[in-house]
Amino acid sequence: MEQTAMLLEMHHVQKDYGNGAVLKDMSIKVEKGEVVVLIGPSGCGKSTLLRCLNGLEEIQAGEIRLDGNVITGGQTRWSEVRQKIGMVFQNYDLFPHMTVIDNILLGPLKVQKRTKKEAAEEAEILLERVGLLDKKDAYPRQLSGGQKQRAAIVRALIMKPEIMLFDEVTAALDPEMVREVLDVMLELAKEGATMMIVTHEMQFARAVADRIIFLDSGEIVEENSPQEFFSQPRTERAQRFLNTFTFQ
Amino acid sequence: MQDLGIRVLFMGDNFWRLLGGLWVTVKISLTAVLLSVALGILLGIVMTLKYKIVRYTAKVYLEFIRIMPQLVLLFIVYFGLAKSLGINLSGQTAAVIVFTLWGTAEMGDLVRGALISIPRHQYESGDALGLSRMQVYRYIILPQALRRLIPLAINLTTRMIKTTTLIVLIGVVEVLKVAQQIIEANRYTVPDSAIWLYGTIFFLYFIVCWPVSRLAVRLEKRWKN
Repeated sequence: MEQTAMLLEMHHVQKDYGNGAVLKDMSIKVEKGEVVVLIGPSGCGKSTLLRCLNGLEEIQAGEIRLDGNVITGGQTRWSEVRQKIGMVFQNYDLFPHMTVIDNILLGPLKVQKRTKKEAAEEAEILLERVGLLDKKDAYPRQLSGGQKQRAAIVRALIMKPEIMLFDEVTAALDPEMVREVLDVMLELAKEGATMMIVTHEMQFARAVADRIIFLDSGEIVEENSPQEFFSQPRTERAQRFLNTFTFQ
Repeated sequence: MQDLGIRVLFMGDNFWRLLGGLWVTVKISLTAVLLSVALGILLGIVMTLKYKIVRYTAKVYLEFIRIMPQLVLLFIVYFGLAKSLGINLSGQTAAVIVFTLWGTAEMGDLVRGALISIPRHQYESGDALGLSRMQVYRYIILPQALRRLIPLAINLTTRMIKTTTLIVLIGVVEVLKVAQQIIEANRYTVPDSAIWLYGTIFFLYFIVCWPVSRLAVRLEKRWKN
């Protein structure tokens, strides 16, 4: 077993809100450069899983390792860990009182103490890449949903995270804006970014994933390659789930 | 020629005495407001914390202060402390203490309301960037909460200014008391001076409170979106 290649590992993680387990004995490993897509019915625990990974939720049992170091338990310096784990949420969580560029620079300047000049240059390069350079001085309320999500992705990227978590980032978007956000993520995947993605966009999952993890009721039901998962899922549960996306 | 009570206002240095009284009012209000804002922000943050005991204590304090008429609080602090504990405060000090206690409670509740109106994912987005709790408050939560808060806080300020009229009753010589003294002193020579003096006070309060409440309207408009 090569331990070294694993960027992120979850070992027997248990998450409990007090009324039954949301995640049961969950073990997942993510290699560097891998894109893992989590799918499953709502309430299956996939968002909770992402939130546990960067400490937004506490876990009750098990452990999580990043680069081989345990990041769960009392002494975690979450500020440091979270710089390595970028996260983009479902709701556009830009800070509404700041312009796009200020949103993006907050982390680099206040957390990483980088110089304004250097960080601003990088921010502009990233904004250019997602097609938002002309919106850099706009306030979030002046942006469309898709633009907000692209800005939120830049805000996470500029921290140079080792892994990016995407929590249903297109779920709240109008259909015509979904594409522009997914394209950005596809491009990141091509460049070799390590990502864990929760999504309901099955076509996208198929296109972007190196591996699909199908969850139900807080458990991993099936782990498979996207080709196999979508054409011939091994489990009956996954089969049924996929059927809900097709019309006959 | 009809004898107009208004001439009392310009006899001797009566008008200046009134302004002096107004200054006492403004000074007490302003001190109490500034203290209330500072302490109220702390109280408001405390009231949003998870610790049950702290939250509960703050809640009891808030309710106690709210239920008590301000006049009763004034009497307790001014007369009560002197009688039972032998602490003799000047009227002005007692007034500042009472109005700060009251203002802190009200302000704390406003701050709490403003803080909980900030969606939870704003905190989480800050956390996810690796900001410390202090930084999350300083750069993300407080700037947004303050925008919602300032119109309400200014409203509270004008309420506090107006309520300071009560301190006459603990012997502080503020604008209302000065007016009463002037009226009394001229009771026989100018018997109908009361309407003029109280009318003047109406305008003095208006001059103090109006710009403050205009400011609130202005800020509210500017920060609407």
